[in-house]
Amino acid sequence: MKVTHIIATLTLIGIIAGGSLSLVNNWAAPKIALNQKAETERAIFLVHLDGKRYEEIKNTGFEVYKVFNQADSSVGYSLVYAGNGFQGKIKIMIGLTEDLNKITSIEILEQSETPGLGTKILEAPYKNQYKELTPTPSIKLVKGVEPSNPNEVKAITGATISSRSVVAIVNEGVKRLKELQIKGALK
Amino acid sequence: MKKRVTLLKEFTKGLWEINPTFKQILGMCPTLAVTVSAINGIAMALATTFVLFFSSLLISLIRKWIPNQVRIASYIVIIATFVTIVDLVMKAQFVELSKALGPFIPLIVVNCIILGRAEAFASKNNPLRSMLDALGNGAGFLISLFVLGSIREIIGSRTILGYQVMPNGFEPWLIMILPAGAFLTLGLLMGLANLYTERKKNLEREALIAQYKRVGREEITDEVLKEAGV
Repeated sequence: MKVTHIIATLTLIGIIAGGSLSLVNNWAAPKIALNQKAETERAIFLVHLDGKRYEEIKNTGFEVYKVFNQADSSVGYSLVYAGNGFQGKIKIMIGLTEDLNKITSIEILEQSETPGLGTKILEAPYKNQYKELTPTPSIKLVKGVEPSNPNEVKAITGATISSRSVVAIVNEGVKRLKELQIKGALK
Repeated sequence: MKKRVTLLKEFTKGLWEINPTFKQILGMCPTLAVTVSAINGIAMALATTFVLFFSSLLISLIRKWIPNQVRIASYIVIIATFVTIVDLVMKAQFVELSKALGPFIPLIVVNCIILGRAEAFASKNNPLRSMLDALGNGAGFLISLFVLGSIREIIGSRTILGYQVMPNGFEPWLIMILPAGAFLTLGLLMGLANLYTERKKNLEREALIAQYKRVGREEITDEVLKEAGV
């Protein structure tokens, strides 16, 4: 008697909990998917200001989008690449021109760097250095001096590791994309 | 057998007397983690209050049917259900807030305030009292998190609720938005709270002694004072 009561109680609670959660989920799931899509879209067009439409390039192992402008001609690629920062993962949206020889802009999507120091990678003085940057042969980080070559980025004082991580992630992402281009997978 | 407590008292006791943060010292993990800004503190406290209110109500309603052996399991399932609902609703409607609070919303499941109130109060009292108790504790939690979040936001990033209140010449203290700042602020506030309680108790004690002296009763022993509750 006692045991059946216990089983019945737990079963009933479980069924009711599961049922109500599935109801809420039915309502929330499409909205959550929509939010995520809107966010990706926002980030894609942030690194390609003249972008109006995008197509996802599939089977690449990471997220790559081909971006088109108003006249529906290609303006380049947006790719999402992640790597290790100082404390956790940094996820970056990188905008590249069609020939992959110029970065249009970058946008940090996720990070957990030290507030006030590492988080300066989110701020304009550091981030804007990537505008019109040439990633060939690879981006270099310089410390203490002003960048003199088109492939150089100045490190943030007090956040060398975070600065270096962003450079490494962008370099790695561009390298992977170039490999794909050689293989002809971007067509 | 049971001390009668007024309904109003069931609510107000959560604000100070058994304030979850400063008196019960429960729910420390979200308290320390999310209070980098006042708005995060408010959001966290509101989410917790929602879960606390509904789980207390439900647990109080079904308290007589739940076999004693499986009560904790039942409470946790009920709490987890409400937390998941909050999490889904926030992800669907309040994307920015849900991002700021990150993993701390799902972690409300193991917030000791909720299980603590369920076990210590809702499982022994009627639904009306449980609701009031939940609201009072929720409000107490809200006040604590708001105060903590405001102090850290003002000193750590010069703003409160996003509005700048400190002059530009004030250099923000980075430590206040780092975990260490949470510990420092909480420790100082808790010290102040204890100091205040102690002062009040001493004053009451002295008042009682003075009263006894007036009526001419000479023997003020420790037992007499203990009986008076001071």
